[in-house]
This record gives sequence, structure tokens and C-alpha cells, in this order.
Amino acid sequence: MRHTISVLVENQFGVLARISGLFSGRGYNIDSLTVAETLDPTTSRMTIVTRGEDPVIEQIIKQLNRLIDVIKVVDLTGVDHVEREIVLVKVVAQGEKREEVLRIVDIFRGKIIDVSPEGFVIELTGDEDKINAFVNLLKPLGVKEVARAGKVAMPRGLGKLGSVAKSVEKERKEGPELAGSSKGEGSGALPA
Amino acid sequence: MAEMTGAQIFIETLRREGVDTIFGYPGGAVLYIYDELLNSDIRHILVRHEQGAVHMAEGYAKASGKVGVALVTSGPGATNTVTGIADAYMDSVPIVVFTGQVPLPLIGNDAFQEADIVGITRPCTKHNYLVKDINDLARIIRQAFFIAKTGRPGPVLVDIPKDITIQKTEYTYPEEVRLRSYNPTVEGHMGQIKRGLRAILQSRRPIFYVGGGTVYSSAEEEVRALAEKLKVPVALTLMGLGSFPAHHPQFLGMLGMHGTYTANTTMQNADLIFAIGSRFDDRVTGRLKDFAPHASFVHVDIDPSSIGKNVITDVPIVGDIRSVLRSLWRLVEEMPKSEVAAFHKQIQPWWDQIHTWNQQHPLKYEDSEEGIKAQYVVERIYDVADENLLVTTDVGQHQMWAAQYFRSKQKKSFITSGGLGTMGFGFPAAIGAKVARPDVPVFCISGDGSFLMNMQEIGTAVQYNVPVKVAILNNFYLGMVRQWQELFYQRRYSEVVMKAMPDFSKLAEAFGAKGFTIKKKKDVVPVLKEAMKIDGPVIMDFHVLREENVYPMIPAGASLSEIVVGPPEK
Ligand SMILES: Cc1ncc(C[n+]2csc(CCOP(=O)(O)OP(=O)(O)O)c2C)c(N)n1
Ligand SMILES: [Mg+2]
Repeated sequence: MRHTISVLVENQFGVLARISGLFSGRGYNIDSLTVAETLDPTTSRMTIVTRGEDPVIEQIIKQLNRLIDVIKVVDLTGVDHVEREIVLVKVVAQGEKREEVLRIVDIFRGKIIDVSPEGFVIELTGDEDKINAFVNLLKPLGVKEVARAGKVAMPRGLGKLGSVAKSVEKERKEGPELAGSSKGEGSGALPA
Repeated sequence: MAEMTGAQIFIETLRREGVDTIFGYPGGAVLYIYDELLNSDIRHILVRHEQGAVHMAEGYAKASGKVGVALVTSGPGATNTVTGIADAYMDSVPIVVFTGQVPLPLIGNDAFQEADIVGITRPCTKHNYLVKDINDLARIIRQAFFIAKTGRPGPVLVDIPKDITIQKTEYTYPEEVRLRSYNPTVEGHMGQIKRGLRAILQSRRPIFYVGGGTVYSSAEEEVRALAEKLKVPVALTLMGLGSFPAHHPQFLGMLGMHGTYTANTTMQNADLIFAIGSRFDDRVTGRLKDFAPHASFVHVDIDPSSIGKNVITDVPIVGDIRSVLRSLWRLVEEMPKSEVAAFHKQIQPWWDQIHTWNQQHPLKYEDSEEGIKAQYVVERIYDVADENLLVTTDVGQHQMWAAQYFRSKQKKSFITSGGLGTMGFGFPAAIGAKVARPDVPVFCISGDGSFLMNMQEIGTAVQYNVPVKVAILNNFYLGMVRQWQELFYQRRYSEVVMKAMPDFSKLAEAFGAKGFTIKKKKDVVPVLKEAMKIDGPVIMDFHVLREENVYPMIPAGASLSEIVVGPPEK
């Protein structure tokens, strides 16, 4: 099953390499990965789309948590959330095909961001299904190039990732104990 | 406040961290640090190869429970540490490795002796750092030590560009270490602990499956106290050896591929496996899908990712072993005596069964009068040292014999390379262990192949007069490989003989150490006794019977129930 995992990390060099290395080294899939700074410039958010059976996803989350630079990991799958992707499509279209392209763009509420006598560059955001449908409709009309970014995602409502994380962890089958694996501030010293 | 150079900050921060010994090897990128070392009272041990430095740091850490430290130069110095770092990562050994790096402006230019050691070691360190600003140096060093020794311990690497070691800044020692993204759970969740205890009390066929986490948590007493209170059988993993008394009536022996029949069979037939600081490694579980089919699992570990990785855990308890076991002990202590007695009674049939298994197939070998059996030497080492010793091993048959017959009363006394299985580990690790605990005899049980991999460290042992005793169980074979070729490749021996073996005793003498060659059984004990008396490194070359095999054995990929207890009847 596909999972969208949101990872809050220290905004430091090498973090992306640590995360992608974790996935490749342990043989986990990455369908897509996006990363950018958050409101707080010392942190970045990564949105990773991956797939695997439940135990694998559980390991992925635990292994991510093990990385020192990872502040918070939330599996958004199963949480009420919104997801968006963006795509740029270059279509070569002349004559009446231009009309057809414009109609489709209109229906999907896409945007023409570049026009030339030979064709268009179109921008569209939406969930994965919408984007797939859009690209498939345009294909017979002459799609030359597609640039698609990974998914970004966020829980619905006013809760931030942190509070969602708590409720998600409570639901996990290992019960309340796993709250211990969440990362908070503290000295972490071993007892004497 | 006084300005200090990066090199001075380095030394001062190490000193405040309580570092008394560094294992290292100099070079261009660390010249300022080595220069500053002359002004400090930190002891530097000059090794003969950087891999040796890291294994020594590991041996030091494993024997003392403190963080081991290695210091090397950039490029080849750094890449030579990789095997040791990977070893420490697999076995969760707390070490910090400092590597020199080319000056910041040259990084990325393929400069002389540049290697991207942070990139190379990313997958085999708990964490690593490249210092890019002298003002971060002290904080990074503090964090490195903190990360190495807390939670599930592990190696941390700090890469320091040369220019940073000569720049100057005002030094403030960061008293507090704060990492918002790192806060290992120490105390187990009380609800889970109670559930865990309930699961044990409901079981009829329980076993304690105790691993290396117990040693790192210094929870030996806690394991014993709880096991004794509940009268539950205890089996140890290779890494857990030393955390439960070898002569204890509740001790079943070692688990795993070459573990005892009793330990493996008890595990396989248990209805409750209480895993303590162990990780269900494939060498222990055998074929996973047939592993302990009737068991439920309670698992205590400080690393959540170890739990539920290979088996579905019924009661996970994340926390420091010592703390969790103490809570469990208190809960049992508060129980009515009659309830505890009822539990003892409930598992009595299980004990009867276990005793039968043990009588059927005790751990044994057939001794020989013709030649020297490796197992015989191992047993005599434990005798001669009066079970008061630290043992390090290399990797191969000798390692398994050292483990099977292990008995030492010392804590943290079995030091071996379990996860990575690194030949060449044992001898430098012994030097590190002896430096950490000079008052306890340290034996390295090695093989002819393994010893050759880091024998250059004889020089180090001689220079610093580190009186480690090396017992090479010399079968003139890469014995473990030969055993597999004998059993699974129709005796087609491929590249398991080194036709140019050195005379190890002469080799020792060439370095200025004491060497012995032992070819007769009657000489084994006298030589061991003699070696104990010598105040300096001793290399003993025991010529053992060549084609002895390690039994019991669970063939790779087989289930624990397919254990082979001994050689086929002739
Ligand atoms: C660095 C390294 N290379 C190769 C191996 C594979 N290997 C495992 S045991 C072994 C043979 C070890 O021979 P020796 O040290 O003589 O020990 P013996 O088995 O004969 O007791 C080999 C080659 C290894 N574990 N480590
Ligand atoms: Mg050998």
C-alpha cells in the first residue's frame, strides 16, 4: 500500500543524503520525495511517498526516527489530510488542436504559462488522479514533455504536524508505549 | 576570555569529556592537533594501522563502558577506519572517530588526501559531522560523545578540516547538550511493563533471551535478580555472553547457529520469549517462518526499530534495560509469595523437559590424546585464568569455541565482533580492552587467518607494554570456511589454505614480544601458566587438530529444530 509520510528535519546539509541513503540502503521504495524549508528556517519538511506492507512502513518510520537529524515523522495515510502535486506539460499543438487543448485546460482549471506558435506550456495542480487524467487527455494531442513534482501534503484543520503525530501514534497498534519513540526535547541521559 | 585555536579547543573539550586515552595515527591534516597533544596529559597510543585504532577504541569501550576515541588523518587515514566503524555500528559500540580533512576551501577539489569520509560513513555511523565553523567545534564534539553513548550506542565520526584546527576563537565549553531531535526513551512505559509481566506469569514455557544490550546497559545484576526470582531459564546470544553467570543452574548456554542444543531447543519450543536487548538476528532465529511457532514475544530494547523488525512483538517495551528490569523486579517483589510460588510450580514441567534435553545433548567435544583440540585450549585458558579474565576473539571456528565454552566471572568480559564478523578485530580489541582495564588478564583467542589481518599491532602492544595474551588456535586453515566447504560443498576445498604461514612465535620475537609454539597437549597448560606470569605481550601459537568442526550447528537457512548436534557417526 502507498503511504505519504511527512518528515520534519533539521535544515542541515547532508540531511537529504541521509534520508535517501536510508531508503536505498535498506531497500525501501521512494515513489516521490519533495523537500523545502518550513516557516522556521532551521527546519525543512520532506514529503515522501513510499509503498510497502504495514510492517515495512512501520520499519521505515522507526528507521527515520532513528536518524539524529529527524525531528518528527508522521504517516499521513490514515489521517485526514490534503495532498497536491504540480505538473508542467509542454504540448505541441497547431490549428484546431489548439482549441481542444485550451478546452481541456479550462475544464481542469489549468494555467497556460507560456504560449508560442507551436504550442503551450501548461501548469496544473491537483491530486494524483487529476493530474494523471489531465496528462492522459493531452497525450493524443501532442505532449512533448512533462515535468512533475512530488507530492506535498498537510493534515486538514488547524492542527500542526506535531499534534497530529501524537494522535497517530496513539492509534498505532503498539499502543501508548510507542509515544516513547516520538522525539521531544530532553537530556536523554541514562540513569545512574 | 582567552582565544584558543581549533586544536586547543579539540584537546580541551576531550579532556573535559573525561577522555584519558586516544588511539591514533598522525598525518598532514591533523598536524596541529598532534602538536597540541604534546601539551596535554591525554595518553596517545600510536597504532600501526588505522583499522587497529578503531578496533582498539572498540575494545576499550566494550571493556570499560566508556566512549572509545580514535584520531586519524584525512584521505587514506580516514578510509582505513571504515571497517572498524562499520563493525562498531553493527555491534552498537560507543566510539567517536576524529578524522582530519583537507582545508575547507579545498573540499570538493580532489585535493591531495581528500576523501568524502562523511559521505562514505553515513550508512555505518549513528551520526557524523563535518565541522565547517570553528565556533561549532566544541558543541559538535560534545554532541558526538553524547550521541555515541546514549540510547542505543554507536559510532560517531567528526571530520575536522585542517584550517579549522589553526583558526582561533573564544572558547566556551557547552555545559549542556541539547538536541531537539534526539531524546532516547529511558524509562519503559509502566503499562507495557505490567503487560509484559502478565505475559510471563501466564506462560508455561518461558525463556529469557538475553543479548548485548544488557551488557551496554550494565544490567547484568538486574537480569540475574529477575531470572532468579521467577526461576525462568536464561539463554544468551553471542553478544550477550558475560551478562549471566556461566555456572548458574538456570543458564542454558549460547543461542544461535553454534549455540547449545538445550538453548536452541528451549527457544524453539517456548510459549513465551522474553527478549532483553537482543534483536532476533538471523543467526539466532534460523529460518524465520518456522521460528518458535508457539511463542508470544515480549521485547525490551532501547531502540524501537529493533522491536518488531523480524518477529511480530506482542508486548514491546521501549526503554533502558536496567531501568525496565528494575521496574519488573519491583513488581514481582510486591506480588504475594504464594503467587510467585504458583508460577514456579507452573513452569516445573518445562524445567523437567529442559533437563532432559540437556542430558540428551550436553555441549561436548571428543578430546584427543593424539593432538591438541582447539576446544581443549579454550577450556584450559578459562581454567588457568581462574575464570577471571576478559576474552576477545577474532572470527571463525575459534570464535565459536571461545563462546561455547566461555566462562568468566568478570563483567563485560566477552568482546567479539558479532554483527559484522570482522576478522582482525580480536587482537587490537584486546589491546584496547587491556588499556581500559589493566588489572584484569586479557586473552585474545584468535585464528591463524584472522591474526594475520592485524598482526602489525604486535608493535603497538610492545611499544606500550600492553600485556595481552594471544592464543592463536592454529589449524592452518581458514577453518570456518573449510567447515562449510566440507559440509555443504562436498569437501571441495577452495582457497582455504595459506601455504606460507609465518612462524608466529618468531614473528612475535621479531617485534620484541614473547612467542611460544605449542605442538603437544601436555605443554598447553604449562605455557598458558607461563604466559600469565610474563609482564608483556605474549603470542602463543597452538597447533591444533586441523579438521575439527564446530558443533552443534544449525545449517544456514534451516530452522532451529534442524540442529545438528555432532559429526555423523563414523
Ligand atoms: C575480514 C573478513 N574477511 C573474510 C571473512 C570470512 N571468514 C569468516 S571465518 C573465516 C576463516 C577464519 O579463519 P581463522 O582466522 O584461521 O579462524 P578458524 O576458523 O580457522 O578458527 C573467513 C575467511 C570474515 N569474516 N572477515
Ligand atoms: Mg584457522
